[in-house]
Amino acid sequence: MSSNNSNESSTLFIDGKSVPFTNGQTILDAALASDLYIPHLCFNPKFKPHGSCRVCLVNVNGHSSCACTTPASPNAVVESDTTALNHDRRVLVQMLFTEGNHFCPSCEKSGDCSLQTTAYELGMVSPHFSPNFPIREVDASHPEMLIDHNRCIFCSLCVRASREIDCKNIFGLSERGAKTKLTVNSPTGRLGDTDFSSNDFAANICPVGAIIHKGVGFTNPIGQRTHDLSIHHTQSLDAEDA
Amino acid sequence: MKTTKDKVKEVVHHHKHKPERLIEILHDLQDKYLWLSREILAQVGEELGLPYTKVYGVASFYSFFNLEPVGQFNILFSDNITDRHQGSIHYATQLKKELWVEEGHSPFDDLVSIGTTSCTGMCDQGPALLVNQIPITHLDSDRIKEIARLILAKKPLHEWPQDWFKVENNIYRKGPLLNCELEPGSSLRIAKNLGATKALEHLSQSQLRGRGGAGFPTATKWKSCRNAPLLKGQGRVIVCNADEGEPGTFKDRVLLDHKADLLIEGMTLAAQIVGAKYGFIYLRNEYKYLKPKLESALVQRRSAGLLGHKANPELVPDGFDIEIRLGAGAYVCGEETALIESLEGKRGTPRIRPPFPVTFGYLGQPTVVNNVETFCCSVLAIANGADSFKSFGTQTSSGTKLISVSGDCTRPGIYEFGFGTSVSEILTACGAQHANCVQIGGPCGITLNLEEFNRRIGFEDLPTAGSFMVFDKTRNVFEIARQFTHFFAHESCGFCTPCRVGSHILSDSMNKLARGYGSKIDLKEIQELSHLLQKSSHCGLGQAICKPILDTIHKFPQDYQPLIKHDEFNPAFDLDSSLSQARQLTHRQDENAHLEQLNSFSVSRIKSGESI
Repeated sequence: MSSNNSNESSTLFIDGKSVPFTNGQTILDAALASDLYIPHLCFNPKFKPHGSCRVCLVNVNGHSSCACTTPASPNAVVESDTTALNHDRRVLVQMLFTEGNHFCPSCEKSGDCSLQTTAYELGMVSPHFSPNFPIREVDASHPEMLIDHNRCIFCSLCVRASREIDCKNIFGLSERGAKTKLTVNSPTGRLGDTDFSSNDFAANICPVGAIIHKGVGFTNPIGQRTHDLSIHHTQSLDAEDA
Repeated sequence: MKTTKDKVKEVVHHHKHKPERLIEILHDLQDKYLWLSREILAQVGEELGLPYTKVYGVASFYSFFNLEPVGQFNILFSDNITDRHQGSIHYATQLKKELWVEEGHSPFDDLVSIGTTSCTGMCDQGPALLVNQIPITHLDSDRIKEIARLILAKKPLHEWPQDWFKVENNIYRKGPLLNCELEPGSSLRIAKNLGATKALEHLSQSQLRGRGGAGFPTATKWKSCRNAPLLKGQGRVIVCNADEGEPGTFKDRVLLDHKADLLIEGMTLAAQIVGAKYGFIYLRNEYKYLKPKLESALVQRRSAGLLGHKANPELVPDGFDIEIRLGAGAYVCGEETALIESLEGKRGTPRIRPPFPVTFGYLGQPTVVNNVETFCCSVLAIANGADSFKSFGTQTSSGTKLISVSGDCTRPGIYEFGFGTSVSEILTACGAQHANCVQIGGPCGITLNLEEFNRRIGFEDLPTAGSFMVFDKTRNVFEIARQFTHFFAHESCGFCTPCRVGSHILSDSMNKLARGYGSKIDLKEIQELSHLLQKSSHCGLGQAICKPILDTIHKFPQDYQPLIKHDEFNPAFDLDSSLSQARQLTHRQDENAHLEQLNSFSVSRIKSGESI
């Protein structure tokens, strides 16, 4: 039975391991608190769960669900690191790669990019689907920051950070469906005409190379970047049928 | 002469500077200016205290908001599969020719724009179009010619033949719902005498389930809302989902036109039972022409003391009143949490559930969202009693269901049948002797082949919001599924990866098959991707995309077979003809300047990582 006492801790099971949680935590919260990794892109503990990238797909008591939006419940049986789920996650990541224009070798974010790292973790060796090659802009109007729309995955982290932490409301999503795009709140639509600063929380939250700092290119050499040093290893991978 | 700035100020002021009325504000401004310029949107943001990105984000989400100049006559052809079967594409081409329109725009001074829009709910009298958001039905070549003439003569719509705008109800079979002639207020009096708890018990005994397709027990929903705790300053809210966007469905249009008072009574009954202060009818923009009629039905109720602050407080607690809000062209807003977001003046992105609307709905308040037909049925269940209500239908699906029949039959229209009626009975009633395929519940529903016509309408077998599209042997079922896939891709809100990206990959794959480049591998991939979308999408839209594809592959293999032209993987385009321009430029025609389509040998080389 679930309890209304918010301090009371209960247990659920992720891939057979018993994981404690407190009321109000999601499955992903509980997993991360126990150092259990579930791949994710649009989640950041500073914000309410978004549930848009769907990469944290798990099975909860036999039903497909996202770990970041599903409340932890006592004795729930969660499957996460399975061949089938990692396959599904890989397909979702492949979709993100083919939707935009992602060329890791020429991207400054390489090594620090969550999309790239997640792809490596999931054993992705090709984008699989036909590339979309959308025509998207680069906005270099800001003195310190650059937006490369080619790499945006619409996770809304910058939108949320600018709204909730920086209180500047610089970003928003517009249009619908495949036409969805990131828009900038200024009369010209350009970043240079906003009060965006490289110290903003939103300037340092993009999981991919869509919002990056100018003037610091490759100061940190490849091989010594965040994900070069710590890569999570998913256990259950099948050879990709590319 | 008022400046645009003054006009925006005036409109925003009229809407009391409420950000949740953003969509209404945009509608009012578009009615005045035909399209919404950046200047207007920025000004609206300023007046409402919203960032421009937010206003633009909302305006660009909904199909009916024009963010670029449109013609004085803005024509949108309804693009349901039934419209297409009735020749809509041909008529659209004809009109474009008559008016010299290319790429949707006219050379004549922005006189006319021509485009398409998702199903307008006129499938029983199609093909149909909307001109400046007003429907014209029964299109044919003569009518198109005449429309072109009137447009070129710049005749305002009120000088066009008024019978063109007539929308028929086409009711062919009535049951307790369509025959209902209850005196206004009668269910409110009965519920009052019973008290809310007893009234809920009666409703529960009637086993009324939601008519929007999902079939959630109505009494449980109302009870949960009634019991939901309120924060300070909050009230409970009743929302009628009249965003009838499922292609092939038009029974709510008929109820709104024919039984408006019954709907309002049902909403007031819900308000009395759950204790709500106000309610909304969220009317799809395609049914905007019904708004004046609905408004007058509300006025009538108010003057009869059955609605609003002057109403009898015994029957209508807290001066419950109803406001009509227009949608703006987004199928996803039929999903209840997306609908609530839209009511709040936001992009129609479905919310994460839980919390459910009954505890956290409109502006965070406990909210009941029900379909038009559900509210109407609730009146019957209370006024006539549970036993009378249950005398129709089956054990698990009580009462009757309105079916919107369209497609290849002699009598398309509205049929009220008890749940449990077989598909073949409905086919006989509507005159569809040559049916080969029936799509139940719209693109998100179930495709049936000949062998399944003995199946029955009901939550236990064929749940449906009412769409019933009939196709005879002349229709290619693959093409139907392909059109449905395009529809979903067009309507995807773009929030989650699988639906935003996957719907387009599926559309492209279906196009690849249609163009004759398909292989067995494509068919396998289409099915695998369909399954992934079903399990990983954020809401019902993404989960439904796969349904017509999987159903038709399974049940109509004969319509897919001729499209599978290759055993091995084959690219989606002709490699050799793609090189023709390069050959022309380099004046080469030698053997090395030509490419064969990939064969299995080169595929294995690609797989092993070699370059070609």
